[in-house]
Amino acid sequence: MNKKPIFTVKDISKSFKKAEQQELLVLDKVNFQLYEDEIVALLGKSGSGKSTLLRIISGLSNPSSGTVTYREQIVNGPVQGMAMVFQNFALLPWLTVLENVELGLEALRVPRDERRTRALKAIDIIGLDGFESAYPKELSGGMRQRVGFARALVINPDVLLMDEPFSALDVLTADNLKSDLLDLWEAKQTGTRGILFVTHNIEEAVLLANRVIVFDSDPGSIRAELTIDLPYPRTEQNPEFRKYVDQIYSLITRQMDERKKLLLKEQLPRITDIGYRLPDADISELTGLLETLDQVEYQGHVSLPELTESLHLDVDDLFPLTEVLDILGFAHVNNGELILTAAGKLFANADILERKKIFAAHLLRYVPLAKHIRQVLEERRTTGQRASRERFLNELEDYLSEKEAERVLRTVIDWGRYAELFAYANNTGMLSLENPN
Amino acid sequence: MSTFYNRFSFRNSFKILPNGWDLIAFIFVLGMLAAFVWAGKQMSAPYQIGQTLALSLDPHQLPKYALFTVLRLFTAMAFSLLFTFTVGTLAAKNKRAASIIIPCIDILQSVPVIGLLSITIVGFIALFHGSRLGPEAAAIFAVFTAQVWNITLSFYQSLRSIPTELKEAADMFHLSAWQRFWRLDVPFSMPGLLWNMMMSMSGSWIFLIASESISVNNQTIVLPGVGSYLGLAISQASISGVIYTILTMFIVILLYDQLLFRPLLNWSKKFTFEQVSQEYVSRSWINILLEQTYILKYLGRFFGKLGDAIVNISFSKDIKKKVLTKKTSLNKSMGMIWYTSITLMVSISLWLLLHFILIHLSSHEIVHVFFLGFITALRIITIILIASIVWIPIGVFIGLNRRIAEWVQPIAQFLAAFPANVLFPVVVILILRYHLNIEIWSTPLLLLGTQWYILFNIIAGTAALPEDLKEASSNFGVKGWQWWRRLILPGIFPHWITGTITAIGGGWNMTILTEVISWGSTTLTATGLGAYIAKSTDAGDFPRVALGMAMMSLFVLVMNHLVWRPLYNLAQSRYRLD
Repeated sequence: MNKKPIFTVKDISKSFKKAEQQELLVLDKVNFQLYEDEIVALLGKSGSGKSTLLRIISGLSNPSSGTVTYREQIVNGPVQGMAMVFQNFALLPWLTVLENVELGLEALRVPRDERRTRALKAIDIIGLDGFESAYPKELSGGMRQRVGFARALVINPDVLLMDEPFSALDVLTADNLKSDLLDLWEAKQTGTRGILFVTHNIEEAVLLANRVIVFDSDPGSIRAELTIDLPYPRTEQNPEFRKYVDQIYSLITRQMDERKKLLLKEQLPRITDIGYRLPDADISELTGLLETLDQVEYQGHVSLPELTESLHLDVDDLFPLTEVLDILGFAHVNNGELILTAAGKLFANADILERKKIFAAHLLRYVPLAKHIRQVLEERRTTGQRASRERFLNELEDYLSEKEAERVLRTVIDWGRYAELFAYANNTGMLSLENPN
Repeated sequence: MSTFYNRFSFRNSFKILPNGWDLIAFIFVLGMLAAFVWAGKQMSAPYQIGQTLALSLDPHQLPKYALFTVLRLFTAMAFSLLFTFTVGTLAAKNKRAASIIIPCIDILQSVPVIGLLSITIVGFIALFHGSRLGPEAAAIFAVFTAQVWNITLSFYQSLRSIPTELKEAADMFHLSAWQRFWRLDVPFSMPGLLWNMMMSMSGSWIFLIASESISVNNQTIVLPGVGSYLGLAISQASISGVIYTILTMFIVILLYDQLLFRPLLNWSKKFTFEQVSQEYVSRSWINILLEQTYILKYLGRFFGKLGDAIVNISFSKDIKKKVLTKKTSLNKSMGMIWYTSITLMVSISLWLLLHFILIHLSSHEIVHVFFLGFITALRIITIILIASIVWIPIGVFIGLNRRIAEWVQPIAQFLAAFPANVLFPVVVILILRYHLNIEIWSTPLLLLGTQWYILFNIIAGTAALPEDLKEASSNFGVKGWQWWRRLILPGIFPHWITGTITAIGGGWNMTILTEVISWGSTTLTATGLGAYIAKSTDAGDFPRVALGMAMMSLFVLVMNHLVWRPLYNLAQSRYRLD
């Protein structure tokens, strides 16, 4: 088959400046193409650079190196022919639905009367009839995103780019909007030849896309590509559908396993470094997950897809938790399965105070940053065992970007406070060994 | 009220014929237009320097004077908006421009620029030679300098806080800079813009006397207006004149508040960015009137089309493509050159200023002026403390009672416009009769210009306290001092700080009016920087004016950096409710 590419992404890299000399690489040599008549999903964890890639393709932001070619022309600014649907809708609250939809046509210098006719037709197609004169704040989230779609489709774009378009909506609304979008696509009612969308939801990717591109993070790069060969409409109950979902899950967990192997070969920062990028995980979520694992129905092990389904979690929410449990030695991930360790079982069955003790012990043993902070504080007996947050932040910034350093420190302070390893006063920014009062 | 609205709900049944409301609106609009055209003609009549313009204390003249004053205020407002839209936009879009513009505006808004205006007057008179427009333009410029700064700052800050997604959407849909300005920038900043315009209108009444009497070549041109009327009343010790002024001001402020600002505020509600719908929208009678009329509705549609055409004016045939540029080292070195030249320019002008002052004045005097600044600062801070102690309980009480807040707000707004001068007779008579100390008893006049900002912000802060916090405290039986200390005071702290910062800016400005008080032939002078500047301005003594202003700027800058900025940051980080 001779497919015609709509745009070609070639060797795109993007880095942000963090400190004076250091650069943080967010995208590393990304290559792919969007062909005519296909829907492609960019799937990855948040912070993996997929939204950045979308903005580079659309011409909203510049790559550090590499090129995007759209229909034989190089993209160096927003080009005509591409339209974007935004995560938080990006509607102008002072314009009515009709005026919002007309916005793109106005910019294209379409005369007033034609503008109105075309906008009304788009509103009609997207199912917003009767809401023309409403203001966005009168609409529900789902209806607002419909306006977002109508605004994008009315200019008859060649490509539709969507930045997590359903993530701000509740499940039912999102499903409804997805199936309407697919109907439009199938019926070829618009001139749109290709759709590229960003998501962190595996089911969503399999439901909509012809092709799923799995994104790896740190730095963002393409890990794998998967063609979804299922007719529309697809249902989540279909065994074929489940097979694709499981396949993607194991792709992603294999990615984690390989990462661990790399760790052992010391090719990535080791967990034993204080600069290890601790994932964000809330204590109560960790505890909840361990308790769930220990329940009778799971007997200490469960497959990840099953877990996400029963807990209604996104991959984005789940993976940081499993990673932390892994680091702390409470559970292991093996072949897409999460397995409780003996220590994890002990923790799950302990009472509040014992849990704190176990957590503290594991924190000191497995998380060098926590141990480091404790040691520094203990060494400062003469100065009242206090140290400023800035001190550790500066240290972390040798390894991480400023934002990441803040996040990691916030996470470890949170854990340390729970484990009662150290105290922290937010208004002074001081860490100390003393308990409040 | 609802029955009043309901009576007109059948309006859809006749659509063609103009109705009674049309007649009222029509007469009203025509009358306004005619009055302003007449006043405009008067203000551009031929005029030679030396000629005195008729001004009398006859109250029958007041409507005419009010018309002149209002025309000046609104012309100045139009120029303020023009300045805001150009300079504010430039500052928001260009970092380098912002690095000069914003600090300048910051200083200009807290020093009484009116003192320096006499320099510009000669220019205006030369520009409109042989016409009254010359002095009129100078007066309008004076009002402009009292109005513009906070409007521009608010616009700049709004532009900087436009959410990224909206900006990206504008780029993605290829809006031209012009379309983007009218579709995104202006609507987004509308609520703040309007609020600051209202504040500025109040602020410009305070300096009315100063702006309507202009000194040039050692003679004073007095332009007819409410401010000059008040000035005349004060110099002739006419109590009835002062009362007439208050009455006129009351009517004028009421009129433009009802005819202009209420409807605008109502209309601006659709520009608030919060994506929640409001369950209760209060409407102003003028909006209702406008909705009843057909001619005006037709005009409205016409203006809608016109506005649409303006927004979509195209300056070139093809759609301009925005091209992203990469940061190059050339770009970087340009930046270096820019900042070095600014630093150089600032140092040179500082040096020139110092040189200018030192040639004419002794270093002893500089020390003395520093001491005066200290006294004035003390006065302002005392007044802020007193105002806070008085207004926090009252403001909290009002803020907790929504219904009271609704009618207190307009009254406070009227009081905020009150020029301190109208209280001169009271203060002078009291001080003379009871042999009071002028240094202390002139200070309460400062309250007039400052307390309202504190009150407004405390009312707003209390009203904004989440209902569940109030409920939780009453549920746990938190009462008395604990209720104040644990809930109210921390809750309103950010708003109190904002109010205080505004009040202090206004306070420094006010001191040139309140440290020298006159009534008839009596003039009482307090010790302070304000009096120093006021006297030097009257005497046309430029080195001393320059020294006074420089000292005031210094005090403002140092206090901002050492006291108010840290407190503001604390309020934003620790006491913010969200």
